[in-house]
Amino acid sequence: MPETRDITLTVNGETVTATVPVRLNLVDFLRNSLGLTGSHVGCEHGVCGACTLDVDGATTRGCLMLAVQADGCTITTVEGLPAHGMAGALRAAFTERNALQCGFCTPGMLASALEYIGAGGAADRTAIREHLSGNYCRCTGYQSIVDAVCDVIEGRARA
Amino acid sequence: MKAADFAYRRPADLAGALAILSAEEGDIAPLAGGQSLMPMMNFRIAQPTMLLDLADVAELRGVTAGPDGLRIGAMTRYVQLAADPLVTQGAPLIGLALPHIAHAAIRNRGTIGGSVALADPAAEMPALLLAMAARIELVSLSGRRVVAADDFFLGLYETARAPDELVAAIHIPADASRRRVGFYELARRHGDYAMAGVALTAGGATGQPLASPRIAFFGLSDRAVRATGAEAALKDAQPAGDTLGAAVDSLSALPINGDLHAPPDVKLKLAGVVLRRALAGM
Amino acid sequence: MSGPKLSFDQPNRYIGQPVPRADAQRLLMGRGRFVDDMQAPRMVHAAFLRSPVAHGRIVSLDVAAARRMPGVVAVITGADLVGVVEPYVGVLSHLAGLRSAPQMPMAVGRVRWQGEPVAMVLAQSRAEAEDAVAEIHLDLEDLPAATDMERALDPDAPVIHPEFGSNLAWTRTVNVGDVDAALKGQDITIVEREFRFGRHTGVTLEARATLVEYDPAEDQLTVLYSGQAPHMMQFIFAKHFGMLEENVRVISQDVGGSFGIKIHTYGDEIAAAAAARMLGRPVKFVADRFESFMTDIHARDHAVRGRMAVGRAGHIVALDFDDVTGIGPYSMYPRTSAIEANQVLNLTGAPYVVPNYRATSKVVFQNKTLMCQYRAVGHPIAMAICDGLLEEAAAAIGMDPVEIRRRNLMRDDSYPRTSASGMKLDDLSHQKALEKLVEMMDYARLRENQARLRQQGIHRGIGFVSMVEVTNPSPMFYGIGGAPIASQDGATVRLDAGGGVHVSSSVTEQGQGTNAILQQIVAGVLGVDIARVKVTTGDTRTTPYGGGTWASRGAGIGGEAALLAAQALKEQVLDVAAVILQTQADKLDVADGSVVDAGGGAARMTLSDLARTVYYRGNELPSDMKPELVATRHYRVTDMPFVFTNGAMAAEVEVDVETGFVRVVNFWAVEDCGRVINPRLVDEQVRGGVVQGIGGALYEECLYSEDGQLLTTTMADYLVPMAAEMPDIHVAHIETPTKTSILGAKGAGEAGTGGAPAAVMNAVNDALRPLGASIFQMPMTPARVLAALGRAGH
Repeated sequence: MPETRDITLTVNGETVTATVPVRLNLVDFLRNSLGLTGSHVGCEHGVCGACTLDVDGATTRGCLMLAVQADGCTITTVEGLPAHGMAGALRAAFTERNALQCGFCTPGMLASALEYIGAGGAADRTAIREHLSGNYCRCTGYQSIVDAVCDVIEGRARA
Repeated sequence: MKAADFAYRRPADLAGALAILSAEEGDIAPLAGGQSLMPMMNFRIAQPTMLLDLADVAELRGVTAGPDGLRIGAMTRYVQLAADPLVTQGAPLIGLALPHIAHAAIRNRGTIGGSVALADPAAEMPALLLAMAARIELVSLSGRRVVAADDFFLGLYETARAPDELVAAIHIPADASRRRVGFYELARRHGDYAMAGVALTAGGATGQPLASPRIAFFGLSDRAVRATGAEAALKDAQPAGDTLGAAVDSLSALPINGDLHAPPDVKLKLAGVVLRRALAGM
Repeated sequence: MSGPKLSFDQPNRYIGQPVPRADAQRLLMGRGRFVDDMQAPRMVHAAFLRSPVAHGRIVSLDVAAARRMPGVVAVITGADLVGVVEPYVGVLSHLAGLRSAPQMPMAVGRVRWQGEPVAMVLAQSRAEAEDAVAEIHLDLEDLPAATDMERALDPDAPVIHPEFGSNLAWTRTVNVGDVDAALKGQDITIVEREFRFGRHTGVTLEARATLVEYDPAEDQLTVLYSGQAPHMMQFIFAKHFGMLEENVRVISQDVGGSFGIKIHTYGDEIAAAAAARMLGRPVKFVADRFESFMTDIHARDHAVRGRMAVGRAGHIVALDFDDVTGIGPYSMYPRTSAIEANQVLNLTGAPYVVPNYRATSKVVFQNKTLMCQYRAVGHPIAMAICDGLLEEAAAAIGMDPVEIRRRNLMRDDSYPRTSASGMKLDDLSHQKALEKLVEMMDYARLRENQARLRQQGIHRGIGFVSMVEVTNPSPMFYGIGGAPIASQDGATVRLDAGGGVHVSSSVTEQGQGTNAILQQIVAGVLGVDIARVKVTTGDTRTTPYGGGTWASRGAGIGGEAALLAAQALKEQVLDVAAVILQTQADKLDVADGSVVDAGGGAARMTLSDLARTVYYRGNELPSDMKPELVATRHYRVTDMPFVFTNGAMAAEVEVDVETGFVRVVNFWAVEDCGRVINPRLVDEQVRGGVVQGIGGALYEECLYSEDGQLLTTTMADYLVPMAAEMPDIHVAHIETPTKTSILGAKGAGEAGTGGAPAAVMNAVNDALRPLGASIFQMPMTPARVLAALGRAGH
């Protein structure tokens, strides 16, 4: 029988207890066990960034962390981002700039952008592009995403 | 793909971890940040029978400074290295190189010890350690030993670590804080593994001849490699003119392997370019 | 041709406005509905054993151990599907001579490419299915493989389908004028170059995915499908499973990128559906990234030798080329793998006056992943051949690349006319686009800057492309050749009792904003707030019949159908209103959701009041009035085989001559896609397309070993463009509406991808030219740029 473990963690403000196979990765656990399908699976080797989410305040690839490693962690996925404040403003800016097309990269892109903005990042297009360089988007060409991040930093976007 | 099944242990302390390593049968993979191990497991390229999660082993964490230099716990994450003034001052080469290593989300979890233990030939960290004359502290139930970086990286994903040992810490010599540092890599995309890269340190003041230079390349060979020929050519010299030319020429003696995107001759050419550019930044 | 007859700038007229997409907020909140987000009761997961070699004979296939693995529900082999799935053949009658062999979803007897499905495990979890795949014992006898397309026709090449006698799938020659005579002319300059285009693939961020349910009680197959053409897939499932089409329902909800990748018949998806029928329980298959690289269609692999002759004044005298392309061991079903080569023949030189044109393409079988249509089919090759040769010719005669275009581009007042290859052209603006481009990029200043930087040892280059894009295709593209691919689309527009409007359309949404532009069009025509318009797309049961998304047709064809349906609904509304309000319909209009007096007059009644009267209080209407408040219209292009768009683009690059690294510093695109329905969406389509084109020019390539092993199977090896290396892209528009529709919209989805590679290649060569080096191979990797410099003695 595959080995399992009991884990308890906080996901989007809720305490969750579950028994998970030890080989189950975090993003599969969130998607398939908790139904939080906002985080996406794009490559399963940490390159595409679609599964990027927040673990204990730091962006993390959900495909490169096991669910069992998240025992005791506090996790925020795209579903748990607040409607107000920086996250709300960023969503508004993404909408205004059409910084998404198919939307598959968007949850990971938001997580990476929020980490940059939250750390006090400047509205420097090169720096923003470098910070987002681990998140693949095939649709937009990235420019509108950079625009949206700049809008939030420079106070043009409101939740 | 999904990882093949494995057993999972998360010992509470170092003694527990070492006990498992020495007692259990099979292919035990210590799990640090997992940022290189997990992709290989997800694609079933790596199929360890057991993962030994070191997350709770407090003895592997923390950075301390002493008269002999820094001791960086193996489980120190890249993001912690970047934020810790002990590291950026005590090992400025690491500070210089960190922005080039992978991407933010990877640096948030990836650890120095994990990178060192894996010994990916294209990774930056082994070359940084070679250039700083760092030493790797290994621990097992039979005790501790410290191995010079020069003696640690033995080949493709091959190191001096015995199966029952863990990388406990990285020791950076005290003079690393005073030596001049240079770093340059050529990666197709920001954060990619480099086609060729170099890390170097040298004594002497800026503008003065290079005292006892240490030069290490990555992305060229089956491991990070010291360029002893270039070091000899540049020793106590200004990195310019014929001296620099001789240093670049000496790189042809390096054991260079081609890869998917560059044959060996291209790698050799790029090695010369990164050396010149790294030196120009010193 | 009806010509533009609507005013697009009245209240509630959203056409031309940068309206935000209604879908955006949902996706930004993590509430997308992608296939892998869905679960079904008793669902099992499929994983495949795939051929590890390019060509081999199956000696034995033993699945007994796999069947005993934990969680395994079934193991199905290729042979098990014989009699369950009717084989398919990727040929079309209008591509005369095209041949391909019957294909099964999984290999039977022989494997012909690495990655071809051989057996499928169905298990309780994907992980368990993969565990069991590892326990399947496949014994293969290696056969010699034909992998190199340029050697696939050699007499000693292994023949993949012995019944054909050779690996030739298709060949066609276009011959207009007299090229040989022209090449012997006086005072001409001939440039000849060899072009190579690497294999690319789409790398949709959401991999191919399907979730299939089968209800034996009603013989009902329901396929959740991450794809572009639900009705095409409905036909295919029905035909090859021997089912009635109406018993197959194909649903596309959110699709995480497609780019032409998700519009083909993939064996693993067909096998998963077959398994759902065999097991009577839902089957999910989601390709992992390995499988995506190995089994999603590839494209662009062409080798071309071309030459162009120009006169002293720079006029093109002749264009002549030979093209060979390898498509894998079969022609893909049902769109075929000859279309790309056909496009290259049809489109090369299309922006220019080319009096003598001769081109031959050979399409060959080889033991590699199948190639087929991918975003901007054939365009990057066609544009790079002609515009690459044109800029070489300009350099050879000492003429500026802009000037030589001015002299050769078709005049904007010269339409309708045909291209050298006989394509019907109308409503294009090449000259205007070029002038706008030159102005936007401040060309003269750029050249000064280039010269100054060159003094400092910095090697910048500026390159151009003038291009056409095939959009809004008519039945001449596929339907004529017997493909189950609709070129017409339909829209049903319905006024509900609450005053809301529902649009149901057969075009589909993969993020490009189809749903948004349908809302804009319908809201504008009806005169309602856009927030009151809801859209359904991507469901064969609930939408009109149509082609879905391909060849940049959503706005031009699906949009026109929606416009016509909304107009028809509006006529009904006004007829009813005229009766209720005791006036004439032509004295009324609709604005802001109310019936108003025509000409901006007062509101007379809300649409909701009108609809409630019709639906609840029909007794108030005359007995001979039977309003429906729903209208369906279909639209197809009838006057042209395709509606071409045009564009002009320029790239500024910097070449690091020590390392061979190329950086795109600037990019400009002027696009004429006719009526711009939503500039925000169009701009992003262009930018995303350009970045995909830059990827093709500089980064992306499916690399193989000589024996046909794909080497680029991860995203660390196949290099897609990421944010840090991409430039900001300046986009401008010219609007020359097509006369084929009222809306006047042409497509815009592929221009960037089709044009950017030529512009970047020309820019690199512009940078290298003073060094005596040149490169005509894409992607232009550091190793290749260094090799080019090395050949030049640097």
